[in-house]
This record gives sequence, structure tokens and C-alpha cells, in this order.
Amino acid sequence: MSFPWAQQYQPTNAFTRFMDEKLPLPRLVYNAIGGGYPVPRNLNYMWNFGVLAGFCLVLQIVTGVVLAMHYASNAQVAFASTEHIMRDVNWGWMLRYAHANGASMFFAVIYLHIFRGFFYSSYKAPREMVWLLGVVIFLLMMATGFMGYVLPWGQMSFWGAKVITGLFGAIPLVGEPIQVWLLGGYAPDNAALNRFFSLHYLLPFVIAGAVILHIWALHLTGSSNPTGVEVKQESDTIPFHPYYTAKDGYGLGIFLLIYCALLFFGPNLLGHPDNYIEANPLSTPAHIVPEWYFWPFYAILRAFTVDLHIPFTAIVIIEAKLLGVLAMFAAILLWFFLPWLDKGPVRSGHYRPLFRKFFWFGLIPAMLVLFYCGGAPAEEPFVMLSQIATAYYFLHFLVVLPIISMIEKPEPLPYSITEAVLGEDKAAVLGENAQPVGV
Amino acid sequence: MADTTGDAIPGTVTVDDDGVRRRDFINIAAVAAAGVGGISVLFPLISQMAPSADVLAESSTEVDVSAIQPGQAIKAIFRKQPLFVRRLTPAEIDAANAVPVGSLRDQQTLDDRTKEGHRDVLITMGVCTHLGCVPLGAAEGEVKGEFGGYFCPCHGSHYDTAARIRKGPAPTNLEVPEYEFISDTVVRVG
Amino acid sequence: MIRLIGILTGLFFALMAVWGFGTGLATVISDGQLKEKTAEYEFHLKPRDAGLASDGAFGKWDLAQLQRGMQVYKEVCAACHGLKFVAFRDLAALGYSEAEVKAIAAGFQVPGIDPTTGEANTRPGLPTDYFPSPYPNAVAAAAANNNAIPPDLSLMAKARKDGSNYVYSLLTGYRDVNTFTVDGKTVKQVFPEFATPPNTHFNPYFANLNIAMAAPLMVDGQVTYAEGQPAPTVDQMSKDIAAFLTWTAEPKKVKRTQVGWPVMGFLLFATILAWMAKNQVWAAIKPKKKKA
Repeated sequence: MSFPWAQQYQPTNAFTRFMDEKLPLPRLVYNAIGGGYPVPRNLNYMWNFGVLAGFCLVLQIVTGVVLAMHYASNAQVAFASTEHIMRDVNWGWMLRYAHANGASMFFAVIYLHIFRGFFYSSYKAPREMVWLLGVVIFLLMMATGFMGYVLPWGQMSFWGAKVITGLFGAIPLVGEPIQVWLLGGYAPDNAALNRFFSLHYLLPFVIAGAVILHIWALHLTGSSNPTGVEVKQESDTIPFHPYYTAKDGYGLGIFLLIYCALLFFGPNLLGHPDNYIEANPLSTPAHIVPEWYFWPFYAILRAFTVDLHIPFTAIVIIEAKLLGVLAMFAAILLWFFLPWLDKGPVRSGHYRPLFRKFFWFGLIPAMLVLFYCGGAPAEEPFVMLSQIATAYYFLHFLVVLPIISMIEKPEPLPYSITEAVLGEDKAAVLGENAQPVGV
Repeated sequence: MADTTGDAIPGTVTVDDDGVRRRDFINIAAVAAAGVGGISVLFPLISQMAPSADVLAESSTEVDVSAIQPGQAIKAIFRKQPLFVRRLTPAEIDAANAVPVGSLRDQQTLDDRTKEGHRDVLITMGVCTHLGCVPLGAAEGEVKGEFGGYFCPCHGSHYDTAARIRKGPAPTNLEVPEYEFISDTVVRVG
Repeated sequence: MIRLIGILTGLFFALMAVWGFGTGLATVISDGQLKEKTAEYEFHLKPRDAGLASDGAFGKWDLAQLQRGMQVYKEVCAACHGLKFVAFRDLAALGYSEAEVKAIAAGFQVPGIDPTTGEANTRPGLPTDYFPSPYPNAVAAAAANNNAIPPDLSLMAKARKDGSNYVYSLLTGYRDVNTFTVDGKTVKQVFPEFATPPNTHFNPYFANLNIAMAAPLMVDGQVTYAEGQPAPTVDQMSKDIAAFLTWTAEPKKVKRTQVGWPVMGFLLFATILAWMAKNQVWAAIKPKKKKA
């Protein structure tokens, strides 16, 4: 699709010739993930997570569709219907654990995929649209994951729904009406549960649509690679199939080993015991925590403990609660602006000495602290730790990155991907058959 | 396969040919393993649609027939469907036995459809064998059809006192479920 | 422009977070401690290991123990606690015969309808019925128990951290508040204001140390076990009920790990094959494989 030397699809029999003429789906697949998609030859294992994320989406849709055949989205019976799945439905326990832990694996894969993007600056031109669509997918996933966690109607489901919709209540003036509108009532009940179920079923298909656009946008420019040097010549690439299908198959095996270990031997490890208590509007759990994949953002939400007020007066400009909500949304929304915040010409962190230091010794520790503190009770030292980490998080993306991108002296880049891989092989590096492409 | 692909790419080197068989075998085995895995995942996905444990547990029902007077019938529920339990009068038994079996659409005698020692207890599904409506005739005062048994109002199937099809579109007699007398008065159906 | 707005926004949020940090730090310094010490934190005990046969990745149900636990539930717990997600028919998995399941079910009165008048009444349970709650509704349960509703026990072993061991520890964990010590000190020596309110009972395994339930298993031999079973000491009975509630919380637990092992084995095999296939595919273009 993207490079002149891409292999062309050749229909081999009457049926494929018919299909190619009437509905060229085989050609589409061939060009998307087959031999027709030339991919940089130097991708490392961090590039496995895109395909794995796609696998997770399919996994969640398949298990979700069959669970919906048994689940009842009525506050009276939702909890019991979940137990019915666990106890009476054939293989129901496995399907439910597969879906619940599948969500965790999906987010784990997505976080690695995103951090791959951070380190290798995959968001930079010409792949801005790929990145923007990725952030949209992540937001949709968060909405889907949140609503899915409400469905079993346990204590954490109920109080999670209450707390998260309560965030909208922080908006001045219109906050409370919005919260009531979101819930269809004054507290989570049937109306909320039913709409959450409806949207939880719908959004994965919206995600699937966004994923198609994400892949489409990716194929316009081709995949990025660990050197960050664009493809220059044919020898820089290899066809997706069989090289990356084989590599992704191996990656999938490792993924499934971890996933099944979780599913069969620790299915409740990442869950919360309180969610095995039926929702009770009259009793709040001691520590309300969301699922682990929301912890960094939950920590940011709770890191804002002081009102923005004019010092030495009591005049409040923005309340702490609203600040927390704004910061939490800002923490994700700022990702949309990354391609324009970080304008440095070099992509890969391997050739950016200053960036690399801030990435490994700033962003990663800050994220780990936020992950840990978001799951911990709201008490010291966790609040203070998350305040430091939150401050760094915003500084990193909004201050450090723009400044680094202006002052940093990158290390010398290889001439081409081929040189990075083959080094000493001069003939190949110079590329007798090289057809430079203007990127 | 890999060799030809390798040739197509400058800067790559082909591997000599002696390993082809072994290498092909690994590829085939890996793809086959993926296939086996994929197919075995289908098993739980398909079997989850089969009746669950709570539904299967209700697949047998116990009915006490002692209170049914001759000429009366009751409707019980078996597998979420109506079950007709009828105690026949001697006249109804005679009427059923008087019919030449050879003349019937679905050739069964009353004895085929009842249990030894309980010839007067007729237990059938209350589901017309035509399209699944519930026939009339079990409750007091309902139309019993031309043959004194059951009558399905949907498309006019008439069943006789042994619940055999005599007239109308239904292809077979009302189904007699599997059952046994676990005491003189209690029947376990299913 | 975007970068300028970005830098300002970033500085603003960072400043507010640091401001919060400063306020928090000031509080910590003026208090002289990170957080207030509480009796619930200092004197709470982690559950003790009940050593159940179903524990771990190779766990198996000990059917004799589950039946003993079932007996303890029936004779002691069922007075106050329901088991609403467990049907009598499920007991067949504990090794009871069909007739025994019927007899156990018939021993419980479940809500029913009088077939002649249509009025609500009770009838003996059938195998398809579920263990009934001992109270008709939550209000009645609260009224009969000083406002503390006895929770349903179906999922208790999953609804608490380390639930199986928690059940065992809680039942054997009742202590005299005046003699129970941690690091040589009683609760009241460290927290003079600590009190066990009326109708509650001191138990260091309970989240806030004061549990509304009085010790249900008080004397050895409270339940009479069948011939050949271990002596019904409080410890043994507590282990047995913990085992039973582990089963009620997840009847498919053992099946889960039993399915898990072959799946893991197959995946390991398939992954090794995939790895070999990947190496073989890539061998053609790996630079180090170069020959003349």
C-alpha cells in the first residue's frame, strides 16, 4: 500500500479471482496484515502489543456476547444472574473469569502499547492521526471498562458508579443536573444499570470501528520502528507475513500463558473482595477503589487537596474537588497534544540522551507511584506521594517535553534501518536496488 | 517458503536446503496447534447455550395423582410446558380400546400409552403435535373435541380419550413423556 | 502557541499538586506522625492459615470435611445466616446421595403458597430449592439481631480478603479484650478510649475489632460428628465450616484448576512451537546466519 515495492496480491483460483473483482476483501486483508504490507525489519518485541490489543478486543467481544446471553441487567437480579453464570451455566465460571481478566489483560497490553509510543515518540509526524485515534480508543476503553465493572452490581460496582458519576457533580452550576441525568435518578439504580449495560454492549463495536481507522491511518505512513528513521529503501522492510505474523504468534503464546495463569489460578487476584457483596446503597465499603487500570488517574484525582484560593484570604476560585476532576481529564486529554508539544526531529528515545533520562527516571517512576497510590487508601504517605508524582506527570508532558525538544542534541542516527540492522554489510546499506522514497 | 521470501529481499541470505522438511514441519505443527487451540475454545462457547444446571434440575417433576377423580384432569408443569394428567373413566377406557388400531394415523393402543396397573392414568404433554399450541379439554368445561379427549383450537386437531390424533392436521398423538410411578400415588415425570 | 499554553497548564497543575503536598507535609510535621494510629490498625490480625485441602493450584475437595462443614452450617449457622445462592441439588457434589439431598432439603422450610387458598406459607424444601434465609426480610433480620443483619454466607469466602482463612480465624478468634495483647500490650493500655460497645464482641480478626455476632462455636462437641470423623473441637468445626463456605463461594474452584493445568500445558507446547516457527521464518533474514 505504502511503498512501491510492496508485494501485489495475486488471486490464484476462480473463487479468489471472483472475490477480488466483486468484493476485494482478501486483497484488503493481504495489504493490511499479509504479504502486501512492508514493515520495517527491525521492530522489537514492544511492537507486538498492537496485534495483542486487537486480539484482546476480539476476546472481550466474544466472551461478552455470550455472557450477555445469561446476564440480566436489572438491579433486583443482576448480582444473582452473575452468580447464576458462575454456578449453573455450562462453563459460565470460565467465561466470566475470561471476560473480567481479559479486561485487565487488555489494559495491560494497551498501557505497554502507549508507553512504547511515548518512548519511541510514535506520535510524531507523520503519524499524528494514528496517535490521536489511539487516544480516542483508550478513552472509549476506559468508559467501557468502567461501565462493565458496574454490571455485576456488587458493592464496588455500585459505589464506583456513584463516585465516578459524582465527578460530574463537581462541575459548577450544571454539575448536579448532569449527574442526575447520567444516572437517571439520584443514585445508581435500575435506570443507570440498564443504560450502562446497553452502552457497555455498544461501545466495543465503536472501539472496533476506531481500531479500523487507527490501522488505516497507520498503513498510510507505515509502521514506525525502534530507530525512528523512516523507511528509505526496499531492504529496510520485510513483508508483514510471514515475518511478523510468526513473531506475533509467538507473542500471542506468551500473552496467553500469562492470561490463562491468571484466569485459572488467580481469577480474583486483580478484583476486589467487596464486589462479591451485593450492592447496598446504605453501606459504603471502607476503601472505594476502582479497577487497577484506573489507579493512576484515580491517584491524580485525589492528589488535589487544596482549593485554589487567593493566598491569605478565604476567596476560593476553584474548589479542590473540581481541580481533581479537571486534572484527571487533563491527564489523558493532554495526550492529544503530544505531537505538537514534542516537536524534536528525532523520534526514538534511543538517540535522545536527555529525553531518555527523563523517561526512565521521571515518567516511569511517577507512573508506578501513581499506580500504587491510586490503589492505596486515601491516607498519608500515599496522598503526598501521589501529589509529587502528579506534579511530575504534568511537568513531564507539558513542560519537560517541549523544552527538551528545543534544547536537546540528539545522538547520531543510523543512515537507514538496514544500516542499523546489518551494519557492516555495505552493499546492503547503500542499497544497489534502493529506491529512495520521499518521506 | 521462507527461502523464496528471503531471496526477494536484498541484504538477506538464503539458508541452504537440507533443512526444508524439518522447517516445514515446524510451521505446519505451529499452525496446527493454533487450530487445535482455536477449536477447543469453541467448546465452552457452544456448550454455554445448552440448558444450565438449574434448568436441568427442573427437568423432572413429581406429580401426586391421588386427588384426581375419574373423568377429571389436571395441568402440571413439566420442563416449562403444560403436562396433562387425566384419570379415565371406565367408559373412556372402553371407548379408547374399541378403536381399531389399524385405522389410526399414529398407531398406538391405550396400553402403549399408560403403565401396567395404572391403565386409568393418562399422562401426556399438553402440547399439540401440529404447531405446539396447548389443546383444550383438560380443564373443567372446556371443549373436548369430537372424540371426547382433547381439542386444539389453533388448527382444529381432535384427540380421543387416549389422546391419540383422530382428526385434523396434527401428525402424531400427544406425546407421552417418560415417567414412572415412584409410589401408588406419586409419578415422577422425566 | 500550543506549547506555551501547555507549559502554563502544566505549571498550574504541578503547582496545585505541590501546594497540596506542602499542606499535607505541614500537617504531618505538626502532628509528628504520618497518620493517626488507630486500634483497628494496630490490633487487627491477619487471618491464620486453615490449611484446607482445596487451597492452591493442586487443591482437591475433602468431601468428608465439606459434609462436616455442611452439618455445622445446618445445626449452627443456619439459625441466623442464609445461603441463598446454593441450591440443595448442589449438595450432590459433596458426595450426598439423591435420597440424602432430598432429606436435607426437606429439613428446611422454604416459602411457599397454599394450593387451596393461595396464601403465603412455608413448605418443606425440594432439591431444586435454594437454602432459605432464616428471616422473611431484612427488617426482620435487623430487628432480631440488635440492628446487625447477619449476612448471607454463600459468597463469604470470596467477599473477604483471604476469605477461607478469614472464616476460620474469625470463628476461633474471639478473645477477652482485657487479656489479648499485641507486643505485650493490651488494647486499652495503648488506646484507653477503646471500648467494646454493648451487643458486640471483641475479635481481632474482625475489621473494626468489635463484631456483633457472639462466638457461635463455643464448646467442643457442640455438633456431634458421625463415627470415624475427627473430634468436633471448636478448631476442627471452624476449619470444617471454612471448607464448606469455600465450596459454597466457588463450587467450581477445583474444576477450575483441574482445567487450568492441561490448558497451560497445551499453551506451553504451542508457544514453544510458535517460537521455533518464528525462529525458522526469521532465520532467512537474520544477518548473523550469513554465509558466502
